Amino acid sequence: MIVKKHERVLIQGITGKQGSFWTERMQAYGTNVMGGVNPRRAGETACGVPVYASAVEAAKDGGFDVSAMFIPPMLAKDAALDAIEAGAKGIVCLTEHIPVQDVMYFLAAAREAGCWVIGPNTTGVVTAGECFVGFMPVFEERVFRPGDIGIVSRSGSLGTLVCMKMVEAGFGTSTFIGIGGDPIIGSTTLDALKALDKDDRTKGIVLIGEIGGEMEEEAAEYAKGMDKPIVAFIAGAASPPGKRMGHAGAIVMGDRGTYASKRKALEAAGVVVLDTPSLVGEAMREAMG
Amino acid sequence: MNFEEHAAKPLLAAAGIAVPESALAATPADAAAAAEKIGPCVVKAQVPTGKRGKAGGIKLAGSSAEAEAAAQQIIGMDIAGNTVEQVLVEAQADIAAEYYACVLTDAASKGPLMLFSTEGGMDIEEVADADPDKIVRLPIDIRSGVDRAATEAALGGIGLGDKTGPVADVLEKLYGVYVNNDADLVEINPLIATGAGDIVALDCKFSLEDSGANRRPELVEKGAPEKLTELETRGRDLGLRYIELDGDVGVLANGAGLTMTTMDVVRHYGGEPANFLEIGGEAYTLGKPALELVLSNPNVKCLLVNFCGAFARTDVMTEGIVNAWQELKPTLPVFFTIHGTNEDEAIALVRDRLDMEPYDLMDDAVKAAVAAASGENP
Repeated sequence: MIVKKHERVLIQGITGKQGSFWTERMQAYGTNVMGGVNPRRAGETACGVPVYASAVEAAKDGGFDVSAMFIPPMLAKDAALDAIEAGAKGIVCLTEHIPVQDVMYFLAAAREAGCWVIGPNTTGVVTAGECFVGFMPVFEERVFRPGDIGIVSRSGSLGTLVCMKMVEAGFGTSTFIGIGGDPIIGSTTLDALKALDKDDRTKGIVLIGEIGGEMEEEAAEYAKGMDKPIVAFIAGAASPPGKRMGHAGAIVMGDRGTYASKRKALEAAGVVVLDTPSLVGEAMREAMG
Repeated sequence: MNFEEHAAKPLLAAAGIAVPESALAATPADAAAAAEKIGPCVVKAQVPTGKRGKAGGIKLAGSSAEAEAAAQQIIGMDIAGNTVEQVLVEAQADIAAEYYACVLTDAASKGPLMLFSTEGGMDIEEVADADPDKIVRLPIDIRSGVDRAATEAALGGIGLGDKTGPVADVLEKLYGVYVNNDADLVEINPLIATGAGDIVALDCKFSLEDSGANRRPELVEKGAPEKLTELETRGRDLGLRYIELDGDVGVLANGAGLTMTTMDVVRHYGGEPANFLEIGGEAYTLGKPALELVLSNPNVKCLLVNFCGAFARTDVMTEGIVNAWQELKPTLPVFFTIHGTNEDEAIALVRDRLDMEPYDLMDDAVKAAVAAASGENP
């Protein structure tokens, strides 16, 4: 799920307001956008690339590796299935508020086809200095500087803050993976952690979690066997149980998904867990020795 | 969105699952009239929460006089913060065996999960701890639906015998209720076998998934509305996710993750947040109504504004707040910390128009806000 500069990216929903706005930014940063999809505008050009009737049509015309979905929630399932059928290696699904049953449906199809999915409800992925897919402030030099720290985040706003703190502390980012704030997502904290563990550019990892679900606990099991240092912050210590805190996935049910459980699991795995994200730079410096 | 039993059971019935005869009653007199017609009955509190029996919200009644007395006791009762306004008067059933059946959205398998247990009437978490062998867990591929053969094999495996076929029928229908109504969870506890061998649902819990609800307006009308405070209702009407909390530091931030974090850091430095309110995403232009909302809480002693924008432009959000601040002229102290897209313009707005210096470090802004709330001069 780490997107490289040579990989060809298809934009589903390229002619929409957000789709075209962010496609231009992706192109300017170095992302290899090969085309877009809009069934009603097939044959036209948008952002300087051809518009296809479907991802399947785009695949016939040179093909693509990764699809970025700027698609309204009720149409997202069909768009994802189109990308999977077209042979996408990966999908970055930026859409928020997709019915969960639709998400489960296309995730099952993606799993069977061997296609990775980031999201839904994510701000996307950034390979700093190379390319990005999604909407992140990659041009802000105070936020993204190429470097050797991999960042996994369920949140875009908090992820941005942590990237800035790392730059302030003299670090840079290798890859930022926004996994998304929904309860059912394609690539989990664990999947992202494994990808960063294997990534040669990444020497240290910041893991930004949230209350709700059990992804951080699952990732902690894997972290036990890792050599790369990990620093974590889990948002939601002061959030009341039983309430959805903005993200659909950020909710504590009974004794599941609590801050305490996540912190305990990560600390038992040797991960440094911070009380405030402001200290992330210093903590990483210490962890890297 | 959770459904009360009386709203959930018609979904089962529509799918062909048997439920006892019942009637909804809002007064003891109505309950008596219903019992007159139904005969020996159960009077059940209608609240969108579990554990009604333990709270005394479910009573047996052999006559209409008993039903009236039961309703008298139950209506007005508080169950887990919900005041009982209605009772369901339901025919008593001839229970030969009690089971548990459920279909839910399972984050671990990223698909629907069917659960069945021969230990009905109990809390399923307790059964899972004490007797995990008595629970059948069947993950379902949402693309193909229930695998009937696998279901029957699993039910046979926990000794259902001649009830295997009829129970498998009900489970298949239950899955239909889940998948055709965008449910998060649909649970029958207990599902019973009667002396005559019928399989009947004595209770039902149904939860509508929030995003799926957007295409099920007819269901949204039947669900129990989320319990909101007056300010939370105002927030919802404005399209803002606002959650009222017990503290006195008003919080205004963008993005769910950053807003939660701001609350966490307030608590870390000894303060307590007064609210959760994020104005990121599509709401990032709503600075003014957001500020009015936060300041409407009489407990708020100071305001902490924390913006870290990527997609959401900090200058747009800040301008909304600064405009509103100049219009409303609040007298309480405010502390800004702003980072991200167009932060220079945003910081200049605060400096020029409010004659104030935003904090470069989030933690310094939080510390100042906590100090101000506790009465110290910042």
